[in-house]
Amino acid sequence: MSVRDDFTARIPGGDAGLIVLVLLGTYLAYVLAGLVLGYTLRGQLNSIATLTFYIGVFAMLSLALNLHWGYTGLFNIGIVGFMAVGVYVTAIVTKPTYVAGGAAQVGGLGLPLWVGILAGMLAAALLGLVVALPALRLRADYLAIVTIAMSEIVRFSFLSGELQQFQLLGNRVGFGGGSGLILDFAPPLEALLRGVGLWNGYLGFVDAFQVVVPRNPKPVVDGLIYGLLLLGFVAGFYWLLKRTGESPFGRVLKAIREDEDVANALGKNTDRFKIKSFMLGCALMGLAGILWLVPQGAVTPNFFRPRVTFFVWIALIIGGAGSNTGSVLGGAIFAAVLYQGPRYFQNLVSAVFPNLDSPSGFGQAISPLISQFDPVPFLLYTVDSIRQLQLVVMGLVLIWLMHNRPEGMLGYRKETASVIPLSRPKSMAADGGDDDSVRTDGGVDAAAQGGETDE
Amino acid sequence: MGIAETYSRGRQFAIERPFALVLAVIVVVLLGDLLRGLATGQTQFADIGTLVWDGLMRGLVIGLAGIGLSMTYSILNFANFSHGDYITAGAFSGWATTYLIAGLGRADIGALLLVGAGGSVYGGTLGIGMLSTPLAVVAGIVVSGAFAIALSLAVDRTIFKPIRNEDGITLLITSIGVAFALRYLMQFVFGSDVRGTTAQPPSVSLYFIDGTVFINAHDITLLVVASALMLGVHVLLQRTKLGKAMRAMADNKDLALITGISTERVVRATWIIGGGLTGVAGYMFILWKGTLGFNDGWLLLLLIFAAVILGGIGSIYGAIAGGLVIGLTASMSVLWIPSAFSRAAAFVVMIVILLVKPSGLFSGRATA
Repeated sequence: MSVRDDFTARIPGGDAGLIVLVLLGTYLAYVLAGLVLGYTLRGQLNSIATLTFYIGVFAMLSLALNLHWGYTGLFNIGIVGFMAVGVYVTAIVTKPTYVAGGAAQVGGLGLPLWVGILAGMLAAALLGLVVALPALRLRADYLAIVTIAMSEIVRFSFLSGELQQFQLLGNRVGFGGGSGLILDFAPPLEALLRGVGLWNGYLGFVDAFQVVVPRNPKPVVDGLIYGLLLLGFVAGFYWLLKRTGESPFGRVLKAIREDEDVANALGKNTDRFKIKSFMLGCALMGLAGILWLVPQGAVTPNFFRPRVTFFVWIALIIGGAGSNTGSVLGGAIFAAVLYQGPRYFQNLVSAVFPNLDSPSGFGQAISPLISQFDPVPFLLYTVDSIRQLQLVVMGLVLIWLMHNRPEGMLGYRKETASVIPLSRPKSMAADGGDDDSVRTDGGVDAAAQGGETDE
Repeated sequence: MGIAETYSRGRQFAIERPFALVLAVIVVVLLGDLLRGLATGQTQFADIGTLVWDGLMRGLVIGLAGIGLSMTYSILNFANFSHGDYITAGAFSGWATTYLIAGLGRADIGALLLVGAGGSVYGGTLGIGMLSTPLAVVAGIVVSGAFAIALSLAVDRTIFKPIRNEDGITLLITSIGVAFALRYLMQFVFGSDVRGTTAQPPSVSLYFIDGTVFINAHDITLLVVASALMLGVHVLLQRTKLGKAMRAMADNKDLALITGISTERVVRATWIIGGGLTGVAGYMFILWKGTLGFNDGWLLLLLIFAAVILGGIGSIYGAIAGGLVIGLTASMSVLWIPSAFSRAAAFVVMIVILLVKPSGLFSGRATA
């Protein structure tokens, strides 16, 4: 038993406890940084809402990717393509029908949001089927190339002028080309609350919130509640994938990951299992994309660049492929440290030193350093272009992880299929008891210790 | 041979290879559409000539860059996603040299070295071209190759060598990390704007059946440089001892080790040859298309992967042939589909090949 397993076993609540602990630590760090910055309460709440939002989406995406890579060993680097299809199909189904002279260039089918979300997930799953059919029979790296090519095809299709508008069921709909689509329908939170008849109660709650945030509290409350909703979805994803992983279906998936030939020899139709797992993961990626982008109010194809796929992969690798808890932790740590962290740092710098004039290009930044050993313009330029350097840092983190910790924080924990735990009981191991005694009573002792940490 | 025999053979083919049959039908339909267009005068022969020439040029760039990718894929056994950014790095280093030589004394050295970042100096204003500033272009070609070699060796030494014995996927993920670090470092230094790099090169117009096809000096330069380098690689692999060692290594690593071939030496030679060709391909790509941006190599990379898979991983002739097919597909697809989908068409060709003949056109893992 490794140190890590001991560590998770000691935390109250096991895996869930670990997740809660990491989340609390992250929020504490952000709140402390906000105090240093002298944020108002409103600013603090906003930054917490943003952080929660990104933790939620990255945790969902890395959970879905964990089903592909961690459970089934499918190397999918086209995540963003499935997100894009989910979002665009939702938009077309849900947008109100076209009215001449309206703000939107194209309309939709005007159906309720939940129909749109289901349609988007279905479309993402079908795209997964189309991609998986040719690629699954081939080597893992071919699937990688096919999926990333697919995600770029999807982006180019949404960018193209030809699909900017077309007729569907007698309605003028379209993908809007390079300028994107306005998502002029009720955001998920409002749709959900209206659906369950709590919208008026929610508005009342927002009014009551004026005690805490005096002016216009709605955006703040919206952000916070939506963040909570996303965390709820993360819990749902976690539960679904945990159940899937522990089911007979999930055991076959793990067998495929370890050795596909053996699984095949045992009479499992591995292709069919792989396709099902791939489609389920794609549908979840579509849902995560919808929950990420629909509240933004507009969507453009160039959001769906391959870098988003790369973000999700880093999140999964930080947490550890093969572990659902690790996926959530990886998503949270990635969102807090690598994704939001540098931006927060940029805000921090501009709050501490207001009115800084950073150079507009690398040339102006580097020349004082060379000629007068003046590093200030270079540092300013560095802080100013932190959004590019952030990606450099992520690349380096990925390289470092692959060199030093390819299994991530919690990756590939022993997942025994046996009902009786097979690990050596702790007391015996500590005593250094001889092998025979371990073998005779090992099962009973270890049962008390429990296999709860296994996923 | 009776009709019955032909029929039964045909039926067997249709049952065994349904995808191939569907593919053949699609090709026939597309060609029929093209011929109809030519017959009715909707499509001009000269238009097709222009597209073929354009596709050929694109294909040469893809093929040249594909050789390096194919070699590292077969010898080091992983798909190198940082290859596209070696292309960009080679291009930036070469173009910085070209700008410096062509514009020395006429513009600020810093602006020249940064290839006119932020619109500080324009390639067109400096009059850069193969005929107007030959020395600057040749120096640029040499530097781009040398820089890409140095970069790929440095990355290999520090990043890929420590995990040489891991599986292909670990190396692949690492190479994605390298790709992002390199790309955004280049964006940090050179800025994100796409700059024009060349003045309009002189061109000749060839009369072609019912119109003219324009061929300019940079097309010819690309054709000459790419053909010479491809021929050079062919001679190197077939005639030298190093080439034989590399082919042996690509075929069977254990056997090669038993016969006393030094793995690390072959790996180094692979990066030198592959890196050099990649850097030059990047430079020539920019010379040919006339614009340079930090994303160029990455956007080309997926087409290069398509070419390498199409040709069969490990085969340099496959990479060249695959490059030409992909280039021609990307250019000529505009005859049938909107131009926004030309890149998509190239990927579709790759996916179709994966379905019909997964080992590629020049199947077999021989670097020959």
